[in-house]
Amino acid sequence: MFVPHTDAEREEMLKAIGVERIEDLFTDVPEDYRFPYLGLPGGLTEMEIMAELQEIAAANSSTREMACFLGAGAYNHYIPAAVDAIIRRGEFLTAYTPYQPEVSQGTLQAIFEYQSMIAALTGMEVSNASHYDGATAAAEAVVMAYHHFRGKRGKVVLSPGVHPQYRAVIRTYMQGYAGFQIAGDHEPGCDPLSGPETLLPMIDANTSLVLVQYPDFFGRLYDYTALAQAAHEAGALLAVAVNPLSLGLLKPPGEFGADIVVGEGQSLGIPLSFGGPYLGLFATRKEYVRRLAGRLVGETVDNAGRRAYVLTLTAREQHIRREKATSNICTNQGLIALTATVYMSLLGKHGLRQVAELCYHKAHYAAEKINAIPGFSVCMDRPFFHEFVVCCPMPASRLNDRLIDHGIIGGYDLQQDYPALENRMLIAVTEMNTRDEIDHLAEALSEVSHA
Amino acid sequence: MNIPADLLYAQTDEWAKVDGNTATVGITDYAQDQLSDVVFIEFLVAVGDTVQKGQQIATVESVKAAADINAPVSGTVTAINEALPQSPELINKDPFGQAWMVRIEMSEPAETRQLMNADGYAKYCEERSH
Repeated sequence: MFVPHTDAEREEMLKAIGVERIEDLFTDVPEDYRFPYLGLPGGLTEMEIMAELQEIAAANSSTREMACFLGAGAYNHYIPAAVDAIIRRGEFLTAYTPYQPEVSQGTLQAIFEYQSMIAALTGMEVSNASHYDGATAAAEAVVMAYHHFRGKRGKVVLSPGVHPQYRAVIRTYMQGYAGFQIAGDHEPGCDPLSGPETLLPMIDANTSLVLVQYPDFFGRLYDYTALAQAAHEAGALLAVAVNPLSLGLLKPPGEFGADIVVGEGQSLGIPLSFGGPYLGLFATRKEYVRRLAGRLVGETVDNAGRRAYVLTLTAREQHIRREKATSNICTNQGLIALTATVYMSLLGKHGLRQVAELCYHKAHYAAEKINAIPGFSVCMDRPFFHEFVVCCPMPASRLNDRLIDHGIIGGYDLQQDYPALENRMLIAVTEMNTRDEIDHLAEALSEVSHA
Repeated sequence: MNIPADLLYAQTDEWAKVDGNTATVGITDYAQDQLSDVVFIEFLVAVGDTVQKGQQIATVESVKAAADINAPVSGTVTAINEALPQSPELINKDPFGQAWMVRIEMSEPAETRQLMNADGYAKYCEERSH
């Protein structure tokens, strides 16, 4: 291992920060977890380790052999083989925006196409080159709105129907902002299933942003027009977290007054792969483009008049604006954004609509079947897309344990995030779920609940 | 480089033209040259706001940098050049004329004594070019 510092330099640095030994820097790490007590087994050959890893992997059940009804922000969709074939081309296979971006015209063009597609899908005027995932994109929306009002509006109104993990990440992001207030999702006595109308009285002159989800975490669809109006009347912005696939079918948030659209792009051809890497969507109106975080690719012409792509408006970014930039993230999720671009290109507008329609109809078929099981009811008073809440006769976690034996990955146990939602299961249905699978789920639920 | 003799200069490269109790403020030829093509200006103050000397009053972006514009004197903002956000290129073309940024009714006129005159500013720019 190459370590550039000499012993004398290390001595000097330790002295400067006032510790005696390097070990003193690790006192916060429990002793058992410190090097060299990792307790790793001895080395193995490649063949041995492959066999061992395969054995470990075989203990997992995957969506390949199980019927999956688990969603809650990450969805099991079909990914055409061409997606992988295209993104693995050597010219594309990079995780990062290149440091000499204009040399890589192909990469920039792919990002430009991505931005154009996301803008069209969300009904916004401009999309950035992507963020890490839906949660970080949502947090960036909160930060952007905060900076838009130059810190003078220190409150965000968060719907309890926004993904719990997004709300947790927003809290992490905002913990260093003195006096910043998050309202809406943890109000005393708040009904987590209440609609956007309960947010209206919380919007005031100190509110920078109202954030809702569409379809919301429970799968429900609301028209947020009135909420957008209320936010705008108070001078605040409205951000909407979306599942982009649903926008193949639904009205884009730009049409009901959203100022910022964020979302998790995983549903656009990105494998579940244990939770990541995923894709953070971020789009907004042109008037806010200078507050936009992250990379942005623009189209221009070179000195011979030929079409060319450049990184544009870079003065917004952290490498120029330093501590005054909206965000200190100026990377993007290059390869995953490319994946989404290829997926959307292969499907086209009609294909995307078709997938969304399949999800919608299969989910509604499943809801009908489950609602007919004694002891179960679909507790939705709103239209929904491809996910819905089921009131069960016992805890969802217990049902799920039993469903595994029937080859089924059950729905999301809502009680883990919403203590008030006892015995509630969130079930997701995609184009991957056959009618047989759905019928099997209904039979299995009936059986395991009576066992 | 153009450094008009009748103006006063701040170390952060703003100029002030003092007329009675009013100071007209912009950025210098040196500053616009260092920034290169200016593409954006955003005012952070409005008419009627009080500002302190050194307080940021605007942000300017060029194709390669972003810079803060600071008030060279304290007082009340009495005018803002509304034409600039539409035509930020004026900052490159005519930094001492059409690209004035704000007018400030001074509350501490004695602060102007802390600003440099044209000779002092010319020397100050020269020092930095080495």
